[in-house]
Amino acid sequence: MSLEVNIEKNFGAFHLKAHFLTEGSVTGILGASGSGKSMTLKCIAGIETPDSGSIVLNGKTLFDSEKHINLPPQKRQVGYLFQNYALFPNMTVKKNILCGLHAVKDRSEREALLKEALRRFQLEDVSDHKPSEISGGQAQRTALARILVSAPKLLMLDEPFSALDSHLRLRLQLELKETLSSYKGPVLMVTHSRDEAYRMCGSITITDNGVFSPVRETKPLFADPGSFSAAAITGCKNIAAAVKTGEYEVEVPEWNVRFRTARKVRDGLKGVAFRAHYLNTRTNENRFPVLFESELEEPFEWVLLFRYEGQSPESSPIWWRLPKDKRPQVFPKELGIAPANILLLYE
Amino acid sequence: MKLDWFPLWNSLRIALISTIMVFFLGIFAAFKIAKYPRAVKGFLDVFLTLPLVLPPTVVGYLLLRVLGPNRIVGKWVLSVFGLKLTMTWYSAIFATGVVIFPLMYRTARGAFESFDQTLAFSAQTLGLSNTWIFWRIRIPVCRQGILAGTVLSFARALGEYGATSMITGYTPGRTATISTTVYQLWRTNSDAEAFCWVMVNLAISAMVLLAVNMLEERQKRRLKA
Repeated sequence: MSLEVNIEKNFGAFHLKAHFLTEGSVTGILGASGSGKSMTLKCIAGIETPDSGSIVLNGKTLFDSEKHINLPPQKRQVGYLFQNYALFPNMTVKKNILCGLHAVKDRSEREALLKEALRRFQLEDVSDHKPSEISGGQAQRTALARILVSAPKLLMLDEPFSALDSHLRLRLQLELKETLSSYKGPVLMVTHSRDEAYRMCGSITITDNGVFSPVRETKPLFADPGSFSAAAITGCKNIAAAVKTGEYEVEVPEWNVRFRTARKVRDGLKGVAFRAHYLNTRTNENRFPVLFESELEEPFEWVLLFRYEGQSPESSPIWWRLPKDKRPQVFPKELGIAPANILLLYE
Repeated sequence: MKLDWFPLWNSLRIALISTIMVFFLGIFAAFKIAKYPRAVKGFLDVFLTLPLVLPPTVVGYLLLRVLGPNRIVGKWVLSVFGLKLTMTWYSAIFATGVVIFPLMYRTARGAFESFDQTLAFSAQTLGLSNTWIFWRIRIPVCRQGILAGTVLSFARALGEYGATSMITGYTPGRTATISTTVYQLWRTNSDAEAFCWVMVNLAISAMVLLAVNMLEERQKRRLKA
């Protein structure tokens, strides 16, 4: 089971280039708003038409500009969970789910499938309610039920948690994860939240201004993002241009420091990054004098911003993030970071 | 004083038939035109809305130029079907139809434009046909707006005077409508009867507007929820 997408589309000043391949499980499409994520889902669903390229799902061509194939959305068997869930406001929860069962002609079979879906998604109590009368979580379950009863070959989720209050989000992520684990086909999930992507997706492609990076497994991607855009979107706060100065050494002119690295530096290095959590006062490695600049208090952590001595005034301050009880009384004069935590960026 | 009720009946049937015709035509035009490219849309929009701002007499004049017994359409219909398109009760249907069309078209278009397209998209991905989506989702969701447009068109059709009087004239018991009757009675100094018809007209119009307001309230509440 696989989905192969190779499409390009111009709209206005924006150029979408989506080339990726996914095989089963949940693939995240992670990127900032307006980076072409939803447009790509719409192209896959057949709601929008790409300018060129092809879309192949489980060996079946949904779209091919050269062979002039462009199946209508009705023929693609692609489940699409919209950001606002798109429940039909004129129908009850039950009727909405029945819309996903319209292909089942036998009445008793249809009723049985409906009953099963209402039970599975805990919607029995609200089955006769209109969408305006149910909670956000129930709305999401109704939309999912409506899609899954239609047995789609691919499931696409567009920012599935953005319409929910933050305290509900985590619970629904658990719920959705459970639901997805029993779904057999590939799943695409669009999100701009790295936490959501990390929790829900086994692999991830990153969109940067319309261009898709190759799909990578989630954990290696977070451990070694490899590019500026991937470092930024996976939440790296400290990113700068760098040059190779040795097999295990890089220079960061902006910060006026030289880092030793654990990974071998390849030619063509463009930059380095490190996560705000990994700075510490104990290590002697990559230890440099620092000047305190400002601070931000969060519920459970401190964010301390500083500059390296001699750091260029144009570059942004460095983030250091640490748990509240770990904060030293006096801001340290020097900070170090383990070579293994220096991430190397090549594009 | 004995009132001849023919004008009420005539007005009602003209208004009803023209509203039904315009209901379908207006919705069809609104739905189709929403999909056209901007330039075409702009042109058609001006053309279709024009009767709303033209003096009814100008509409009447233009209709006479087309439907008159010696004009293209009028002559053809007369020779083929033997039907006269002017000076009959049903000729008023054309006049009111043209005048109320923009009302229906405009309100229907407004309703369609505020329709959330993701509803149609999600229905398509569920495999539902476009016709089904139109009748079972788009129309019901836009129902209140379309209904308000229909009622408003009906009210306007009942009140149509200018174009109607030009194309049907005034023949008691044959083409007289409420509005032409009021004018005729006033002209012939039958003040008491004219007043009677004025009251009838006021009552009907007030009821219709009340209905429109109620529908709009309900639509607002629905959108909020």
